[in-house]
Amino acid sequence: MTRFLCLFLLAGKSAWNRRGTLALVVCSIALSATLLLGLERIRSQVRESFVQAVSGTDLIVGARGGNLQLMLYAIFHLGGATHNMGFKSAEVIGENPEVAWTIPISLGDSHLGYPVVATNHDFFRHYKFRNQESIAFARGQAFDDLFDVVVGAQVARMLGYDLGHEVALSHGGGDILAIMHDDMPFTVRGVLAPTGTPVDRSLYISLAAMEAIHLGWQGGAPLPGLKISPEQASKLIQEPESITALLVGLERRSRVFALQRDIHDYREEALTAVMPGVAMDQIWQMVNTGEKALLLVSLLVTVTGLAGLVAAILAGLGERRRELTILRSVGARPADILVLLAAEGFLLVVSGILLALFALFLLLNFLSPVLLDLYGIVLDASLPSLTEWGIMGGISVAGFCAALIPAFRAYRLSLSDGLSLSR
Amino acid sequence: MVNPSATPAVVLENISFRWSGSERLVLDIPFFAANAGEHVFIAGASGSGKSTLLSLIAGILSPESGRVLIGDVPIFAMSAARRDIFRGEHIGFIFQQFNLIPYLSVLENVVLPCRLSPSRKPKASTPEEAARMLLSRLDIAPDLWQRRADKLSVGQQQRVAAARALIGSPPLLIADEPTSSLDADRRKAFLRLLIKECRAANSTLLFVSHDQNLGETFDTSIQLSGFNRALQTTPTEQGNGSGMPEPSSQ
Repeated sequence: MTRFLCLFLLAGKSAWNRRGTLALVVCSIALSATLLLGLERIRSQVRESFVQAVSGTDLIVGARGGNLQLMLYAIFHLGGATHNMGFKSAEVIGENPEVAWTIPISLGDSHLGYPVVATNHDFFRHYKFRNQESIAFARGQAFDDLFDVVVGAQVARMLGYDLGHEVALSHGGGDILAIMHDDMPFTVRGVLAPTGTPVDRSLYISLAAMEAIHLGWQGGAPLPGLKISPEQASKLIQEPESITALLVGLERRSRVFALQRDIHDYREEALTAVMPGVAMDQIWQMVNTGEKALLLVSLLVTVTGLAGLVAAILAGLGERRRELTILRSVGARPADILVLLAAEGFLLVVSGILLALFALFLLLNFLSPVLLDLYGIVLDASLPSLTEWGIMGGISVAGFCAALIPAFRAYRLSLSDGLSLSR
Repeated sequence: MVNPSATPAVVLENISFRWSGSERLVLDIPFFAANAGEHVFIAGASGSGKSTLLSLIAGILSPESGRVLIGDVPIFAMSAARRDIFRGEHIGFIFQQFNLIPYLSVLENVVLPCRLSPSRKPKASTPEEAARMLLSRLDIAPDLWQRRADKLSVGQQQRVAAARALIGSPPLLIADEPTSSLDADRRKAFLRLLIKECRAANSTLLFVSHDQNLGETFDTSIQLSGFNRALQTTPTEQGNGSGMPEPSSQ
């Protein structure tokens, strides 16, 4: 044991003596490990983020169309919906005894690039995310008046909004050149607590408010010459005719297939009901190919890094023949030379991985606010996951095996050189 | 060189050796012995097989025939791995130059044999204490002990190498031209110290050199050509280096 420790120390000191060259090797290994670990972290946390956003919803109902499109639009506000579904259908579904709650959602407007979601109080009451957590207010309360708006945590933080702030919404998703609903300003009534889901990046208004700001609009644009004041709008608004989607929670989850079938068979309107988990799986299947390609590239980078390691140690052997001969003369056996070289490779790989962890931590700290901002994806610089430990272990083992190549070369050299006494 | 009353430390019997692929015998030694505690000087010209002889005694090269005894142990009856251990435990080496691991300190270099061969650990003291004592006796000032080995002068390095070879008092010390990188004054001083310390450690010393003048300091001084019949039969081929990977020493 002490012998092993002694060899390990020797390997460390010898490597430190050649640190100039070996630093490059460590860097290339660190780079490949950062790639692999970073990829895994982003992959797993993106998935987690996605899953967390819909943890409490059993079905997403919308007009007949693509499952993915419906879920991405209704939950993540990505893409768009081709059709709306009738509000009547939503009411029929809500009356089904199997259904515990429904949340109507109407999309289409935005505010400075953040999506505006029209819904009702059921959203604050029933929407669940992560581990069945409910929406909570950091300040204020749910919308009450027609022109009240509730903002997500990130919207409030990024735009500096607080209670009482006046907000003008714009039509459509763009934040430049969009037609403003500036004739009907909204007042911030509540600020939501952070959720780590797309909720943080959204603004919430009532369904009635959505109807109100589109009064006097036709075909997606305001009618020229027709101006309607907020006061007039309050009087004119009616029940919404249609909504974008309906989130459904069931009394018993086991009934989800039956209800899904019922909704698909609904005669009044062609509807789609999506189970978020199933739609998620579809997404992962689509993403899978890309992920595999990325993984392959990272693996190749890792192989390149390890090849660099082998090349550097092999190239150094020529100069170190003397060193190895001296070690042999003071009692090191050929097997010790093998251990010495393998230990060096292992040390280099482990240093590379430690450097990679450090780099990853820095990168995550720097990247996570940006990702949260742009995509609502939560990346945390938490301790390595089991998979990540697996990756690190894998690279270490691969590095150790790679180091065996120069180690065996040195072993054979030390056998054939013996103690060539005068060199 | 053979004193029947003394116990032999090194015995060579009917040794023959040639490099693989070569016809020519490099060594053909019917008999050679050195007694325990004896200091033997072996003189030989460049390429006469001095280093090959030492490699055989160290058990690194195997003879074609014959046997080598260190103490009373026939070393070629052992496995190569066992021989490695035996060598580490029983033999100290000093080479012509570049004896030390450059990135270790002087002290770390000296204690290295104790780390790698348990039986080289001094009985009465710690390896560090023994190293400090040897270093002071070999005139290496304490302020050099923690210095990197390659920061020392060549003469100092050779004395550190001697300390390392002597630590743990190995029964046999093999010195291969250890003075040829030193100038004449330092050569004498080095030899005097080396012999004194070998005597103190009660180690047998085999010292080879091409420099005949050094022989007078030793108990026994012999010519390699005196007991290596390979040199006697084909004297003209000496040192032409055919198939011999042994570089010439100056």
